[in-house]
Formats: sequence, C-alpha cells, structure tokens
Amino acid sequence: MTDASMQSPETGRHTISLTATDERTQKRARAEKRFRSYGLAAIGTGLFFLVVLFTSILSQGLPAFQRTVVSVDFTLTEPQRDEAEGTLFKTKAYSNLFVTQLSKELSERGISVDFDEAAIERLLGKVGGTIRSFYAENPGKLNEPIKFDLTASSRVDGYFKGRVSRDTIQDSRFLQKSDLDLVDALEEAGIIKQAFNWPFIIGADSGVDNPGGAGIGASVVGSFFMMVVVLGLSLPIGVAASIYLEEFAPQNKFTDLIEVNISNLAAVPSIVFGILGLAVFIQFMHLPQSAPLVGGLVLTLMTLPTIIISTRASLKAVPPSIRDAALGVGASKMQAVFHHVLPLAAPGILTGTIIGLAQALGETAPLLLIGMVGFVARGYPDGFLAGFTEPNSAMPAQIYTWAARADVGFYEKAWGGIIILLMFLLTMNIIAIILRRRFERRW
Amino acid sequence: MNDMTRVERAVDSKDIKINAKKVQVYYGATHAIKDVDVEIEDKTVTAFIGPSGCGKSTFLRCLNRMNDTIDICRVEGDILLDGEDIYDKRVDPVQLRAKVGMVFQKPNPFPKSIYDNVAYGPRIHGLARNKSELDEIVEKSLRRGAIWDEVKDRLDAPGTGLSGGQQQRLCIARAVATEPEVLLMDEPCSALDPIATAQVEELIDELRSRYSVVIVTHSMQQAARVSQKTAFFHLGNLVEFGETGQIFTNPVDPRTESYITGRIG
Ligand SMILES: Nc1ncnc2c1ncn2[C@@H]1O[C@H](COP(=O)(O)OP(=O)(O)O)[C@@H](O)[C@H]1O
Ligand SMILES: [Mg+2]
Repeated sequence: MTDASMQSPETGRHTISLTATDERTQKRARAEKRFRSYGLAAIGTGLFFLVVLFTSILSQGLPAFQRTVVSVDFTLTEPQRDEAEGTLFKTKAYSNLFVTQLSKELSERGISVDFDEAAIERLLGKVGGTIRSFYAENPGKLNEPIKFDLTASSRVDGYFKGRVSRDTIQDSRFLQKSDLDLVDALEEAGIIKQAFNWPFIIGADSGVDNPGGAGIGASVVGSFFMMVVVLGLSLPIGVAASIYLEEFAPQNKFTDLIEVNISNLAAVPSIVFGILGLAVFIQFMHLPQSAPLVGGLVLTLMTLPTIIISTRASLKAVPPSIRDAALGVGASKMQAVFHHVLPLAAPGILTGTIIGLAQALGETAPLLLIGMVGFVARGYPDGFLAGFTEPNSAMPAQIYTWAARADVGFYEKAWGGIIILLMFLLTMNIIAIILRRRFERRW
Repeated sequence: MNDMTRVERAVDSKDIKINAKKVQVYYGATHAIKDVDVEIEDKTVTAFIGPSGCGKSTFLRCLNRMNDTIDICRVEGDILLDGEDIYDKRVDPVQLRAKVGMVFQKPNPFPKSIYDNVAYGPRIHGLARNKSELDEIVEKSLRRGAIWDEVKDRLDAPGTGLSGGQQQRLCIARAVATEPEVLLMDEPCSALDPIATAQVEELIDELRSRYSVVIVTHSMQQAARVSQKTAFFHLGNLVEFGETGQIFTNPVDPRTESYITGRIG
C-alpha cells in the first residue's frame, strides 16, 4: 500500500500503517531476537560438548574392540609329544617346537627373520603352556594341522594401534626393539592381523599385567544380576508405596513426615548408601561380600525414592474425574485405582522405573564399598542362583578398576567398557521412550 | 423380577425415595450445609438451584456418599434411602453407589471403548452371567441414554472420541447400566452446547419414568423445563423447597424471589 492509504481523506485522521513498525515494537522484536540467539547459543554449546564427548569416547574406546591375533597352523606328531613330555621344562619344549614350525613357515614364504622362544613369549605370552594343555585335552588332534589363534601381547597390540612405535620403544622384559622385526615379518606373511575382540566382550577381568586378556563379560553378568534384584524389589515396593501414599493414606503429620523423608532420600549421596549397605547387609546381616545380591539391595535403596517420586507424579497426573467416574458407578477404591488410574499412570511409572534402573546401572561408589571391585570379576558364576551370591563386579566398577591400573592397555579397555555401558543405557532409554509412546493414552 | 412389581406400584402413589433430616456438612471448620431437610420423591425430577458456592454439589454428593473421598468432609444428620440410613456403619458405599448413580459436570468417560464404558459397572457388580447378557445390558443402557443409534456401529471406538453431548449421554448410559434407583446429576449440561443440552434435557424427562432424578443446575430455565420439584439453596441453607411451578411463579421466601428475578447471583 502507498502512503495515500495512510491518510483517510474524509476525516483527515492520521492512521499508522501496519507496514511501519513503531519504536516499541522494534524494541520488543529486538529483545525477542536476542533471546532466541541466547537459546540457540545454549543449545549449540550443549551439542558441542556432546559431540566432543562422543568423539573422544569413540576414538579412545573403539580400539578396545579390536585385538591383534596370530593364527598359525601347527602340527604335533605323537613322537614329538612324547619327547616333549619327557623333558624337564615341558612347556619350553612345546615353545621350541612352535618356534621351529613358525620359522619354517616363514622361510617357506621367503621371509627370513631370526627369533627365539623368549621373543615368542614376549609377543604371545606362554605359548608352550597353551599348546600343551590343548593336546592334553584333545589327544585325538595329534598328527593333524591345527589352527591356533593366539592373542598378541598388549605391547604388540599397541604397536598396531599406534600406541607403541619403533622410536618410543624401550627394551624391556615386555618387548624389545628386535621383536618388532619379527612382528613386521609376521604381518608380511599375513600371520598376524587385527580381528574383532570377542574376548573383550565375553571375557572376565585379567591380571594387572595382562590387559590384552581383560574382558567385560563377567561384570556385565554382575550388573545383570544386580538389576534383577533392583527391578524385582524396587518396582513392587515403590509402586505399592506410591499408590498407598497417593490414593489411600490420610493426610496427617505422619504421612507428611514420610513424604519429606522420601524427597530427602532422593538427594542422599550414593556413597552413603554404600557404607550403609556395608554396615547393615554385610557386617550385621552377614550377607556375602562382593555379591550382586548385596549390590542390588544397596541400589534398591537408592532407586526407591526415584521410583516413588515419579510414580506419585504420574498418579497425580491422572485426572480426578476418572476416579469420580469409577467410584460413581460403584467401584471400590481399589478397583478404581487398579482398573482405571494405574493403567493411565503406567507409562509414567515405567519411564520412571527405567530411568531409576539406568541410574542404578551407572552407579559406582556404593559398589566399591561393598567389595564389588573390578578384579573380583574373574569368571562367570556357576548357574543362575550362584549369580546372586558369588563375588562379582559390575560394569562401572570394572571400568573404574581398569582406569586406575598402570598399563595403558587397561586405559583403552576402560574406554571400551564405557562404550558398552553407554550402549546399555541408551537401549534402556530407547525402551523407556517406546513404552511411553505405546501406552500413552489421551483422556 | 420384583423390581418390575415395585415399579408398577410406584407409578400411582409417589413414594419418598430419599429422606434427608437435619443434614450438616462440614469441610474442616467450614459449615457448608446447615440443617437441610428434604424429601426426594420417586419417579420425579428434583432440581437444586442456587448461587454458586451455596452447597448444591456438596449436598448432592452426600446422597451417594461421594463426599467420603474428601478427607476433611464430615456429614451429620440422617439421610434415609427407602427408609435405611445410608450413613449407617454397616452400609458399604460401593453398594450404595450402584443404587444411586451419578453423572458429573464434565463428561468423564473412561479412556476405553464405548462398550467397556457401559459394561464396566455391570461387570464389577456381576449383573451379567455371560457375554450375551452383558451385550443386552449395554444395548439397553445405551438406548436409555438416547445414544444407541449414534454409536451402535462403533461400540469399539473410544468413548473419549465422542462429542461433548454424546459423551455426557454415554455417561448417563453408564450410570443407568448398574440399574440404579436414583440418578444424581451435577450440572450435567454446563459443558454442553444448546443442542446437546436440549437432547440431554429430553433424556432426563424420559428417565423420570424409571428413576428418581436429582439435578443440580445453575440455569433456572433448565430447572423450570425439566423438574417437578425445586429446592433453592442459599449459603448452605435450604431456603425453599416445593413444586417447581410454585417456586418460579409464587416464591414464599424473599431470597428465592430475588434469586429468580436475578438480584442474587
Ligand atoms: N473439597 C472441598 N474442600 C473444602 N471446601 C469445599 C470443598 N468443596 C466445596 N467446598 C466449599 O463448600 C461450599 C459449597 O460448595 P459447593 O457444594 O461446591 O457449591 P455449589 O455446587 O453450590 O457451587 C463452598 O463454600 C466451597 O468452598
Ligand atoms: Mg457445584
């Protein structure tokens, strides 16, 4: 529109065109724009840190999922076995047989490198022992070629992953400069290579000087048994307590006191629960130390307030008109709650429970106090019930233990463990979202 | 089927269905209902009118003990249903509420199918022995709620998906499904548009042939249209109670007159 339309000709009254913004409006528009940019900046900062976090976790942790293996075809004849068993140092005899066959295989491919049984031990650990126990268990496999997949030591693994280089290496009992020639030769022959590190996922913790053999599997099992205890106790107790407090309990000083205490419990540091668990469950009730059962009990105490608070919030969010409707047709209070209120509150309760479980899954401090430290997770429990009582660790405690160890190989394992832990947490959160979407109902 | 014989007998002589004597209701220290005496007849629509906050809902909710759910609420006096004190210690409010149904101000169908909404009451009271009996009850109730023709093809659809007026008629159908003797309605039309209101009012008039209906309304025209008896409440007192025609044309109490002519609001 042109200026002509701003002046109405009959009255001569000056009207302000909508296309021209006045001072106040401009100021408001500027303020809004500013606020939006603050918001965007805040989100941007958050995203930036998230990206930094994820890239560092992935770049540091992914190598833990790769291991360096040496696969060699090895044949042992019966006379060779008998001769080796007749010597004084039996495993050394097996090692020597291995060295002989390996160098023969290398020279067949036109690669010549000089190495001895000690070098093989630095590269692959106690090969002789591995071979000897294999044939002791499978005597039928004599006289035929057997493929042995042997995990390379953490230093050799580091050489492949760039942790160790020719320039930085110091001769030590773990690895010597000359050993790297052998490694290069094995690589040229295609005998040594990188493979997916299944032992990391399904294995148990190893000794402090063997980061290559460390796996998180046993502590995943420990975490699983703890979560079974936490879910089995905190969901029924938490939901029952919330329903009672929200729907049945009279409003008085006593219930007020309980309410205040529940809110306060949610803010108690986890280490306090840990020392409480140590004093009550282990020292007073004499439950086994380092047992997932005790860990689960301690984490139940921690998770209960979270579950109770979120359950009560979702019960409160169900409109009272639904309760009136049910009571109005003659439902008892319990029927009103169980037939109508609880189904409507279920998505909220499930979400709260899963978030509580996820918190418990990532909790470290209280587990350290009751003895569920990483080095306890040396193997899988025998059977389901033993899973609750046999000493074990849990994922975060295992990660903490690895991170505290001197060998840099363990540092990599700690990051790898964090990736596994985050994958579990992510899965749980996705399940929470799916459940909420599926059960959400409009009223 | 002794229900039927009672129905026939009651048509000629109108029994007193609910007799309230010297009812006091307190919310904590607030005295919300003061000394109310009222006789509610069978097969009659009784309207409760009065300015808001005067205690109409409070009194209505005493009649099926819905006030029990409010912790601070205390009821004194006698309320007799067919001569029995409903506040007697031996009375289970659950049984009472099956006999005295209630329809609320805001339509509140369960977030379930239309069928399940109506079938819920009969199910929990064990009124049907099998599925076909239950189907029958549902159909009969929906017909009494004057909504059967609109929903008969979509009984599985959620009750919350209906329009406001349909939802309210569904709630009425749900209330009659438990075979109540009294129907309490707390401003059942206040959330509805005029057409839906007219439909519900028509329905209330039909319900009168079977039930004793008590309706709280803030619309005097509505009270005049649907009710035979009217009770006027003011500040927790029952000011006047009588034939609707008489209350609206020839009120005895000056407060009733001021309210009807629009001077107290
Ligand atoms: N749940 C309650 N708690 C405390 N006071 C209430 C409650 N319900 C109603 N009252 C009080 O009781 C009085 C009567 O309320 P109500 O019966 O709802 O009036 P009406 O339905 O006539 O508008 C009002 O003063 C109100 O504040
Ligand atoms: Mg009211």
